[in-house]
Amino acid sequence: MSHKIIVPIGPYHPLQEEPEFFQLYVEGEKVVDIDIIIGYNHRGIEKLSESKHFDQVPFLVERICGICSSSHPYAYVLAVENILGGEFNIVPEKSLFIRTIIDELQRIHSHLLWLGLVGHFIGYNTVWMWAWKFREPVLDMFEMVTGNRNNYAMFKVGGVRRDIKDDDIPQIKKMLDELLPGIDLFHGAIMDDPIIKMRLKDVGRLTRQQAIEWAVVGPTARASGVNIDIRRDEPYGSSDRLDWKVIIEKDGDIFCKTVVRILELYESISLIRQCLDKMPKSGIIDADIKDIPVGEGIGRVEAPRGECFHYIVSDGTNRPLRHKIRSPSFMNVASDKVAAVGGTISDATLTLAAVDPCYCCTERVAVINKSDNSKIMNGWDLIKLSQDKTLKLKESYYGRSK
Amino acid sequence: MEMRDRIKEKLQDKIKDWREVSTKRIYFSLDKKDILKTTEILLKNLELRFITASAVELPHGFELLYHFSNDPSGEIYTVRLLLDDKLKPEVASISPLFPGGEWIEREIWEMFGINFIGHPNLKKLLLADEWPQGDYPMRNKK
Repeated sequence: MSHKIIVPIGPYHPLQEEPEFFQLYVEGEKVVDIDIIIGYNHRGIEKLSESKHFDQVPFLVERICGICSSSHPYAYVLAVENILGGEFNIVPEKSLFIRTIIDELQRIHSHLLWLGLVGHFIGYNTVWMWAWKFREPVLDMFEMVTGNRNNYAMFKVGGVRRDIKDDDIPQIKKMLDELLPGIDLFHGAIMDDPIIKMRLKDVGRLTRQQAIEWAVVGPTARASGVNIDIRRDEPYGSSDRLDWKVIIEKDGDIFCKTVVRILELYESISLIRQCLDKMPKSGIIDADIKDIPVGEGIGRVEAPRGECFHYIVSDGTNRPLRHKIRSPSFMNVASDKVAAVGGTISDATLTLAAVDPCYCCTERVAVINKSDNSKIMNGWDLIKLSQDKTLKLKESYYGRSK
Repeated sequence: MEMRDRIKEKLQDKIKDWREVSTKRIYFSLDKKDILKTTEILLKNLELRFITASAVELPHGFELLYHFSNDPSGEIYTVRLLLDDKLKPEVASISPLFPGGEWIEREIWEMFGINFIGHPNLKKLLLADEWPQGDYPMRNKK
């Protein structure tokens, strides 16, 4: 197969978080092969980190991704705290709860964003707009607690940077309560709407065996029946003291991925509520760590997309000697190679989006006609194709008049 | 039987330097010729999950670390390999065993210049195709 580079068509978005370029090879309607080309946004953060003070690195890794921008700093501080003797041994009690609250709030806003995009891709623009509407109060909560809507700058080695004020807690609880009916709405829409079910069921399936072979993580793995969740397997923050459950589905298609994410929203809201109730009313939030000893440490957290992994080597100076970062999408996006092949073009964008990469990625899709390697479609055409398929399903289900 | 005992039993004298840095972080070294067999045992027999691999540049060579997760217990087992030939570092690829290892080996190959023998598709992952040959961005510049 030739690996021709094709200039991506579509609007270039300066804020896109993970630009990937997918080349789909098609025969008729069927996708027979796929090339995934990444690296458009490689910023050399691992190398950059080696020139930063241990205290500066959280700000740097926060900027790896704007959507899960607390997962990377959290995994990093866990890695450094691993060198120092473990999170539970050095971080003050109250900080553990604040860390979990930030981590779960971020999961809510990331999952809502994904849900909205799936709605958009299948032509349910109402779902899209709902998701944006309900995501907004989550960002407001972030602003209230951290001062920022994104890039929260909350994590530091040995604690957190800002306290959650007692006065804010009733307001946060009220906003969480208001969020619940919104999520019920999604739950109802996805579970009960026959068209959405027809459109998502058996599409882009990743079997359990494939999920293990490709070593995928997070909701992508859990939808395929792989029982992993770092929050339970290797507890961090206050996740071991709270009452919650890991959501597992079996079939591995996009419907299951959607269900996993929706049900996780409920769990996240419950986790934040419990944290607010159990959090100590007063106490220090920072252990005031000055020096990092020689050693190596590994930290990992369950980011909204799966396990986020950081490995740090310290040589006793004030900078890391080596900082390895593995984000969850690195494993999940690679698995598109099996999930998308064999499906139709109209399902392709949906399948590629189902692992939850950034939506702008799909604007970099080009479809190549296998016979003469000519480019026939770009990202927007594919979204249109996907929306048309839903429309046809609707017409055949409800009859033309509706 | 605990996973650490099962690993010791399966690998026996292949393990060189067993270190338990903390309760859930276990590191051990191997001879580089044993990596393929060991990875097969860890993934297929013991059902560990491959997380990723890290390369570290040393003054006299490179160190490769393969991180495996035992999800039921939350432990991470890290296999260390020392590649002591700084001019021509190479090691057997683990990608033929499972496709999830392909990308990280491509990344280490282009960033550190470590050759993975037997990799099914060893080409640039993050760098542009026009990137000059022999210029490895993650290596320390003199």
